[in-house]
Amino acid sequence: MNGMIEIRFHGRGGQGAVTAARLLAEAAFAEGKYSQALPFFGAERRGAPVLAFTRIDSRPIRIRTQIYEPDYVVVLDPSLLEVVSVASGIKHDGLIVLNSKKNAQFSHAKTAFVDATSIAKEMLGVPITNTAMLGAFAKATKLVSLDSLINVTKGRFSGKLADKNIAAIKAAYEQTKVIT
Amino acid sequence: MKQLVTGDEAAAIAAKLARVKVISAYPITPQTIIVERLAEFVADGELDAEYIKVESEHSALSACLGSAAVGARTFTATSSQGLMLMSEILFVASGMRLPIVMANANRSLSAPLSIWCDQQDSVAVRDCGWIQLYCENNQEVLDSTIQAFRIAEESLLPVMVCFDGYILSHTAEPVEIPEQAEVDKFLPPYKYPYLLDPEKPITMGAVGVPEYYEEFRYMLQEAVLKSKEKIIEVGQAFGRQFGRKSDLIECYRSDDADVILLTMGSLSGSVKEVIDEYRGHDERVGLVKVRAFRPFPEKELVDSLAHAKAIAVLEKDFSPGSTGALFSDLSGTFVNSRKSPLLLNFICGLGGRDVSSLQIREATKAAMEAAKIGEVKKTVRWLGLRETMVGLKP
Repeated sequence: MNGMIEIRFHGRGGQGAVTAARLLAEAAFAEGKYSQALPFFGAERRGAPVLAFTRIDSRPIRIRTQIYEPDYVVVLDPSLLEVVSVASGIKHDGLIVLNSKKNAQFSHAKTAFVDATSIAKEMLGVPITNTAMLGAFAKATKLVSLDSLINVTKGRFSGKLADKNIAAIKAAYEQTKVIT
Repeated sequence: MKQLVTGDEAAAIAAKLARVKVISAYPITPQTIIVERLAEFVADGELDAEYIKVESEHSALSACLGSAAVGARTFTATSSQGLMLMSEILFVASGMRLPIVMANANRSLSAPLSIWCDQQDSVAVRDCGWIQLYCENNQEVLDSTIQAFRIAEESLLPVMVCFDGYILSHTAEPVEIPEQAEVDKFLPPYKYPYLLDPEKPITMGAVGVPEYYEEFRYMLQEAVLKSKEKIIEVGQAFGRQFGRKSDLIECYRSDDADVILLTMGSLSGSVKEVIDEYRGHDERVGLVKVRAFRPFPEKELVDSLAHAKAIAVLEKDFSPGSTGALFSDLSGTFVNSRKSPLLLNFICGLGGRDVSSLQIREATKAAMEAAKIGEVKKTVRWLGLRETMVGLKP
């Protein structure tokens, strides 16, 4: 791994962007890397746009600013594309992982997309898309393995809730389309 | 063993490893996860402690006075408005020389209402007679909380462990968690020398009439000044046992630096990255990080800063009508020193505003410019301020 990898999550309050950032950091940590999960809470209300960040590196991470030039962006809610500039600052040849039924174009970023809302509704019964989008992220970036994600999900949730989230991760992993 | 934990979790785990006997805290906003985790440890039988739920932070710290007076190792945690509500009792705790340890997640004060990070809360009570330690990362939160009990008990002073809200309190990162047996060796059970004991009644917190009050305050001053040695000694002992030593300040690439940035808390990590950039371009820039804000490390700061041409103090607090608190303390320190660098003050990161690398570079450049021309054009500047919003620009 060359240098630090920075990931920015865009979600809406209640969709679990903060948990997604932490689970990704835990999966990378479990694979022997250094990681940092930094949430940015806005006003605490359901539906408001929220940001969360994950950094992954082979060396200890000292920087604690928000992420302005991400390598990867994960968008948990399709409606955010109309209100937030999700590609803002993304590195050249960066990748945006979208929760969307169809692909979207960005000037200098690659994309991957999956209908995570449908998967979450089917597997969890609620449109909480964070775990499904982690499955999509793993498929599109190969930055963490599917097994690591499943393991940290077992650690975070118990019983049936863990099973349902793992099913969502696996389904999204299968269904994600990477556009190059 | 290394675990991925937040600053809140690191503080709670440290208090558990310290085998605290009493935790008293108010569990509602702006409280953090710290006391929630401790309540779980107690409920699950992992920690043998009395968990006292109270109706306010004022009562939380009042209960801590009593438990510390009967010799129980005592812990509390708060933040922001909660610390403000405690302020009356903060002075009582230090005046009565009770070794209470508190974790404070640094968060801004109302109004306007804000729950986000800055250091105005603990800086506002810097004169309350508590030792104040500031942490750069979650490892330091854990290490300093464990050390705080030994510093408090051996100095007979309360200690506040301060760490930035959200930026540390809610951020998860790897932290080395020591074994219980190792912490037991470092922190043996302690005996408070002036026990409140019904069998041998004494008066505590008595009236200090004008014939005595000033002497008591002088003795408090001497105790806090003397705690400098204790902080160093405990930091070294911790280093010998756990491999990570702590001091009053930390110097980073500052020995030969012409320009030095001075910070407290989590900002230091981001500043180190910027320092490395400048060093990569052969610019002699360094960082000095203040860990102990009280007692103020005057001599250590003069020794490590006096050779520089300009110092940029970056801080997440200010005294309305004056400057940042760290800046004014530093200025006072240099008044009687033979040589003083130029001093610049940068107020930043208030109410959760992100302090970006761009802003840190802006401060560095301003200090480099001052060093070059030999004068400071503007002493206090605000980083990231939207000047059009406050009428500075049309």
